Amino acid sequence: MLTKRIIPCLDIKNGRTVKGINFVNLRDAGDPVELAKQYTEKGADELVFLDISATLEGRKTMLDMVLKVAEQVNIPFTVGGGISSVEDVDLLLKNGADKVSINSAAIKRPELINELSSKFGNQCIVVAIDAKQIDGQWKVHLAGGSIPTDLDLFEWAKEVERRGAGEILFTSMNNDGTKEGFANEALAKLSSKLNIPIIASGGAGTMQHFVDTFKIGKSDAALAASVFHFGEIEIFDLKQELRKNNIEVRLTN
Amino acid sequence: MRVIIIDYGAGNIKSIQFALKRLGVDAILSNNPEEILSADKVIFPGVGEASSAMKMLKETSLDILIPKLKQPVLGICLGMQLMCNSTEEGATDGLGIFDVYVKRFSNNVKVPHMGWNTINKLNSNLFVGIKPNEYMYLVHSYYAEICKDTIAETEYGIIYSSALQKDNFYGVQFHPEKSSKAGEKVLDNFLKMN
Repeated sequence: MLTKRIIPCLDIKNGRTVKGINFVNLRDAGDPVELAKQYTEKGADELVFLDISATLEGRKTMLDMVLKVAEQVNIPFTVGGGISSVEDVDLLLKNGADKVSINSAAIKRPELINELSSKFGNQCIVVAIDAKQIDGQWKVHLAGGSIPTDLDLFEWAKEVERRGAGEILFTSMNNDGTKEGFANEALAKLSSKLNIPIIASGGAGTMQHFVDTFKIGKSDAALAASVFHFGEIEIFDLKQELRKNNIEVRLTN
Repeated sequence: MRVIIIDYGAGNIKSIQFALKRLGVDAILSNNPEEILSADKVIFPGVGEASSAMKMLKETSLDILIPKLKQPVLGICLGMQLMCNSTEEGATDGLGIFDVYVKRFSNNVKVPHMGWNTINKLNSNLFVGIKPNEYMYLVHSYYAEICKDTIAETEYGIIYSSALQKDNFYGVQFHPEKSSKAGEKVLDNFLKMN
């Protein structure tokens, strides 16, 4: 049976991981390659690297990082952050990324999704959607959640699917950072309306939250950062717990 | 050992090259017929859309060369699908090495089939040391049906061929280069073929 996926997310600036990483036996907690290998060992199913470099130099360093990860890591990984053209994607895939995640650029110019999926195949195009529930309405936000748009989450997700996205990474801004669980109601609604995989993001705090997002939220994968980086949840323990709850996962040992 | 990865412009082949390098083999990317013919092992990758990939093969006459190869050949993902009779994707005729048709998943399941799934009923020296129900990483919207060349099965709504073999030709629907240690074992087995 197809398993549910557990995906740690790493923020990268100028080729280094930022935000705290608290692992034992790690020579260099800032080195994304070292971290990627650790997570692979621990049983992560995929990895996401989010580039938050603002400078051109930072972007170039990112490409080097992607190449090094591809050289040394034997599970799939996605790269996101600041991608806005066919050329950007071409470079990332040529350097060994398996998938790319686009967000603001797709909102500004939705045809980009069509262009990317026809050129590279929909399997490598993830569309990230940041949305916030305001007065009962889920509104899509731009630029890392800082700018609200008029787009409705469910209509936008449907359009993204129609244009050729292979997967949707949905971050609930209401839940992100709260550690109180994923936005399962919205996730379940997305899953019922769409026929492509949905990655849940925002709100992971306990192992039960992962159980809930797979059972109640019908998510296909769950992404989290701090609970993994600070060792609050070990991926191996999490997968044991998921399996105890009859959720299909890949146990590596 | 000379290992050639057929380079016809289809998708991310660097990952395969890196995976082989982790196994100690420096594979060469090439679309040169002589180089391919003289290689010890040939890997036929493929990511993307079937009809445009087939068009690129035809432009370099690789569609005629590949079925004639005598050394072990491993098709991966779309590479495997193109080795079949035909695929519904872009109504494309394949190389006809495996006598089977490739169809699109029905909408009873999410498409693409993306993530880690098990391979079962393993029946080939490609899977020496791989236990039944091992997890492999898959990303695809089309599948090869079960046939006499099936050497591994996977279930996703229906049961389909996740690997095929006929004589010196092997095909895997999963991505061994992205399937952690189990995938590496499959690649290693392939490299050890005679």
